[in-house]
Amino acid sequence: MKTAGLLLLVSGWLLVLAAIAMLNGGVARNAFVTAGLAVEVLGLILTGRAHLPVRSDRG
Amino acid sequence: MTELQTAAVLFSLMIAPLAAAGLALINAGLGRSRNAAHAMMTSLCAIAVASCAYFVLGHSFFGSAGEPARVLTVGRDTFDWLGAMPPFFVRLPAAGSPSFLAALMGIESVALAALIPLGSGAERWRLSSICISTALLAGITFPVFAHWGWGGGWLAKLGYVDTGGAGTIHALGGLTGLAVVWLLGARRGKYSSDGMPMAMPGHSVVFVLFGCMLAGAGWMGLNAAGAILFAGVELGRLALIGVNTILGAGAAALVAAVVTKVRFGRPDASLTANGWVGGLVAVSSGCAFLPPAAAVLIGLVAGGLVTFSVELLELRLEIDDPAGSISVHAVAGIWGLLAAGMLGRFPGGSDVMLAQVVGVATLLGFVLPMSWGINSLLDRFVPMRVSRDGERQGMDLFELGAGAYPDFVTHTDDFMPR
Repeated sequence: MKTAGLLLLVSGWLLVLAAIAMLNGGVARNAFVTAGLAVEVLGLILTGRAHLPVRSDRG
Repeated sequence: MTELQTAAVLFSLMIAPLAAAGLALINAGLGRSRNAAHAMMTSLCAIAVASCAYFVLGHSFFGSAGEPARVLTVGRDTFDWLGAMPPFFVRLPAAGSPSFLAALMGIESVALAALIPLGSGAERWRLSSICISTALLAGITFPVFAHWGWGGGWLAKLGYVDTGGAGTIHALGGLTGLAVVWLLGARRGKYSSDGMPMAMPGHSVVFVLFGCMLAGAGWMGLNAAGAILFAGVELGRLALIGVNTILGAGAAALVAAVVTKVRFGRPDASLTANGWVGGLVAVSSGCAFLPPAAAVLIGLVAGGLVTFSVELLELRLEIDDPAGSISVHAVAGIWGLLAAGMLGRFPGGSDVMLAQVVGVATLLGFVLPMSWGINSLLDRFVPMRVSRDGERQGMDLFELGAGAYPDFVTHTDDFMPR
């Protein structure tokens, strides 16, 4: 899950980069950038959850 | 640059190290007394290592606008993705030139960025690991992102604005702190077996609040220098930068004090201090282009964001961040970048919102995974976390062999196993 979350973070950024490189302004470009950011937020949540400690490890 | 601008940048950069001194004091004050000397020692070592690593490798990657750079061509577009200056400051134009001033700004910025993760990993992160991690931050992560945003890279060409380093210094440092906490885990005894956090109050509120005042002075210098060097702001705007910096910090500190007073019955000094620094961070991005009312608004939101973020991270996500660095630097920094895009008044009325969002996406999608990867790899060779015994004994005695306050009576509960 940790790796998946980190991969999502990178994938979202690549989506943003692709939108900037391939789309020339307008709604489509903004939409893809927003979608990329949304993917990153998902990745952040997944990575954060993956790092939650296992109960028996504490103390 | 005129001689007057050069003098203004030099003066600003002379007072900027006060920001680092302030952060070091805040980190030390928010930790327990048995780790105080270690906190200051690691801060000094981090500044030293960051400066040297930046000199050896960092500046060649950072580069400077108008200097040689590595460019990637995709179709008709070009992406300036890395500086291509020689290492060791070789062939850097003479002292006083914009490139030399940018190098000085780079050293001070990377030193400040290196201090931020120390607050997150405080009381359990070993000195040797801190030094190597800082070298990698100063030699790779910081200069690459700084080139994109400050050194004329692809992000700067997109219109990205971050004159004082809300993203380049603070969000980068805060996200590195998040990666470090994920790898280190919480301090022993911080969470009970059912996941409830225990209070581990800092040992010196006086250090923390004095650190805030020092940081305020240093921040004005850093914001002013960055605005002239990286945005070509005229000298007439320096007073506005100072006003915005203090207004943002003041508004954020007030909100944090009021929120904690309403929620807990009394204003909380450490959260108010966090609010102050969060305000400084948030207003840094667009300080040269914001009307004072906008700086106050940014500060008000930053103060609330920082207060709630500290609680969210500690209670819900079980992220043990003793100095609140992730909330103060990463959360407030990201808010500052977006707020500059929304509220800034830029020359020619240009819209920079898209560039700011792309900047935030780059911080989350490039800086965070890279910092996690670098530190994760480092942890395999040089373990980051101190031993259980060392943590119980305190980092001062365990790593340095002497406590910060040898003449004072130490609270015995500090040495009780948790």
